[in-house]
Amino acid sequence: MVQLATNEVKKGKILEVNGAPALGPKKNVFDTVGLDLWYGEHHALKNINLGIQENEVTAIIGPSGCGKSTYLKTLNRMVELVPIVRTSGVINYRDRNILDRNYTVEELRTKVGMVFQKPNPFPKSIYDNIAYGPRIHGIKNKQILDEIVEKSLRGAAIWDEVKDRLHENAYGLSGGQQQRICIARCLAIEPDVILMDEPTSALDPISTLKVEELVQELKDNYSIIIVTHNMQQAARISDKTAFFLNGEVVEFDETNKIFSTPSDKRTEDYISGRFG
Amino acid sequence: MNVRERFELALMGIQHQLTELSELSISALEMACQALRTRDLNLALSVIEEDMHINRLEEMINDQAILLITKQQPVSKDLRQLMVIIKAASDMERVADYAVDIAKETIRIGENSPHIDLKNIEEMCHKTIQMLRSSMNAFVARDMIKAKEVAELDDQVDELYGKTVRELLQQSVNESSHIKVVSHLMFIARFLERCADHSTNICEHLFYLVKGEHYELNS
Repeated sequence: MVQLATNEVKKGKILEVNGAPALGPKKNVFDTVGLDLWYGEHHALKNINLGIQENEVTAIIGPSGCGKSTYLKTLNRMVELVPIVRTSGVINYRDRNILDRNYTVEELRTKVGMVFQKPNPFPKSIYDNIAYGPRIHGIKNKQILDEIVEKSLRGAAIWDEVKDRLHENAYGLSGGQQQRICIARCLAIEPDVILMDEPTSALDPISTLKVEELVQELKDNYSIIIVTHNMQQAARISDKTAFFLNGEVVEFDETNKIFSTPSDKRTEDYISGRFG
Repeated sequence: MNVRERFELALMGIQHQLTELSELSISALEMACQALRTRDLNLALSVIEEDMHINRLEEMINDQAILLITKQQPVSKDLRQLMVIIKAASDMERVADYAVDIAKETIRIGENSPHIDLKNIEEMCHKTIQMLRSSMNAFVARDMIKAKEVAELDDQVDELYGKTVRELLQQSVNESSHIKVVSHLMFIARFLERCADHSTNICEHLFYLVKGEHYELNS
């Protein structure tokens, strides 16, 4: 089993590209230690301990109501929008506890972007969708904004499809394109982590594959945490997988291990489609 | 309700076909051994003719397993179940091929060649068939202890093979008119030794199925 809660630097793989060592040991981007969360009386997350590595895709799987989306929304503190929510424990993002009241949500969310289940572009032009975040952060220079928009759209693998219609309304795009616009909007603020909550569940198979390909490309520069109901998707695109059940992490390990020889019978039953 | 009922029913169907394939292959080997012992060339011929049914059954098992993988996208142990069934079917089909090879050698020996003592080869036939049957029983019952015991019998077959070869060579030295028959019998001994290896493979497949790791049960 992969060590769950740890503040230590994990030993990453040393990859060799063209004979030269490319990557050193990876660090943990998020360290969750003893996290509990309640919605009123309902104990939704129970003693969660997870170390999430940078530049990896971490998938979170589990049946409906197991707490996986709650956990994801805790990582950018969106969960606080629910008035009755209470948390205890620690979530260190790059060694600072984000649950600490001194940590502002604004600061956190410039580092931790999010893409939702349903594409949710603003009712604005493609260009304005992407430029929205940078403008809020005070960037007004047209040339700089142009560069950010192009870079973000290229990063989200949609530049070629929209470069001639940047000033058209984003609502005119297909669902798959809209979702990639949302990913580009997320990239425009240059986050460190991208949270994805079932990002392809509303998309057709080809758009799904495009987003999956994109996720693979993005992990070179970002750390990605993805909640998915599609287990084949988790198997295809993630490096590590956490299996949540009834608010607990049953198993967290290399994706290859989880989908071939999981340690826990409940994981085996879930990934084999025997419950959930 | 078991949500994978359809998958499990289909898997069970394929498993039954594997059992049927094994019975046909083992029976082909038994008939080939009997044809050799009794110099019954008609029986040898029927072993050769029946082989195409066994080949077809193996193809059916493969096709159904691939279709089930495509449609149900099994993972973990479910996927390994199908993989090892494909592999075990291939092993048992190979056993039937060796039965055909033995039958062909028997026909080449013919009815009128000099008689040579077949005690060692008969013992090899007996032990190999016993191993094959036990390995399939262990496989079906998912009985790893039994599988390990069966795999260990392979050493006995290997020893017997060495002994058979030595004694056959000695016979050909003593009696030059026996060389032709001896050379055919040497091949037959080799085929039987290979059949026993396939039964070890089946035991190893069972270990892979249960443990998800590769084991060398008899190296």
